[in-house]
Amino acid sequence: MVIKIIRAFTKRIFNSIFSKKDQIKLGFYGPPNAGKTSLANKICQDWVGEDLGSVSKVPHETREIQFKEKVTIEKNGKKLELKLIDTPGIATKVDFEDFLKFGLKRKEAQARAKEATHGIIESIKWLDDMDAVVVVLDSSLNPYSQVNVTIVGNLVARKIPVLIVGNKIDLKKSDLKKLSEAFPEYAVVGISARTGDNMEEFYEALFKLVKKVK
Amino acid sequence: MSSKKSDNKDLTIHFMPYSEIEKENSSNRIKKILGIILQNKIIVLQGRLRYEEETRLIEDTMALIGNVPGFRGIEIAEISSGENGGLFDLMKHNIVKILVGERDAMTVIGPANLVKEIKRNPKKIELMLKRK
Repeated sequence: MVIKIIRAFTKRIFNSIFSKKDQIKLGFYGPPNAGKTSLANKICQDWVGEDLGSVSKVPHETREIQFKEKVTIEKNGKKLELKLIDTPGIATKVDFEDFLKFGLKRKEAQARAKEATHGIIESIKWLDDMDAVVVVLDSSLNPYSQVNVTIVGNLVARKIPVLIVGNKIDLKKSDLKKLSEAFPEYAVVGISARTGDNMEEFYEALFKLVKKVK
Repeated sequence: MSSKKSDNKDLTIHFMPYSEIEKENSSNRIKKILGIILQNKIIVLQGRLRYEEETRLIEDTMALIGNVPGFRGIEIAEISSGENGGLFDLMKHNIVKILVGERDAMTVIGPANLVKEIKRNPKKIELMLKRK
């Protein structure tokens, strides 16, 4: 009996140190309205045939952590099993009056703001649980915002592998060069989650990212 | 520490030397910063917060929204001399960091109801205030 317990314990320790993870926990982080859910949906549509969450032009549409388990991606004969974790956009301010501009009633806007603040706290709490993270940024906006720097800095400090995705390359204002210059030490891939542009390059980068997971 | 203040309707900028937070732990640093922000003042901090302190500041800010009347959050931007330089600049920056800690930077933090936007690029920070 004692030998069995010792054997099982040793096996568990050995597996936790040397075996590869069955399912990689891949987080989607970034500011609101960058296209995190759109990208997660695109991946789910490509490999599972269904969406992960709803998208909207109104900021803070994702206000709770959303998952999709066992998403298997295949490329060049290699398989990758992922647990996709879509997080609410991180911001330093949430003003309910901003939602009124999108036609929401005052009470709805206030409720949305409250949920959004809780969502941001949740996103930050989940940082430690990720194996790898895709930071989704809107390539048509100034990449030097402090929130972007804070997110990437936190992931690096926690030694979590990072891939930066410049979304919305289909927009005229998109400037991928500026985004790469802002984060010269990281791999940056430009995509359009809406049109599906450059998703092949994204999947290649994803395989490279996952190799860095310890 | 030096600060410029006239009456409550005027803009107040609180200049904070790094020595004011240097010996504080993370919780006290955040508490001190948010205490000043809640007085509707803009902070110009010598140095920078650690990344984990920045996320803690965001978490605590979110917890205050809805609980403090009129508080909508903060605007924050930080700029440091070693950013986006070449390899030599980066090495120089790292040596300075070892010698003087996190002082080799400047951080601007303001309440969102006062500060419309802080535009940041590698060379400058621009503070846009709301018109009253």
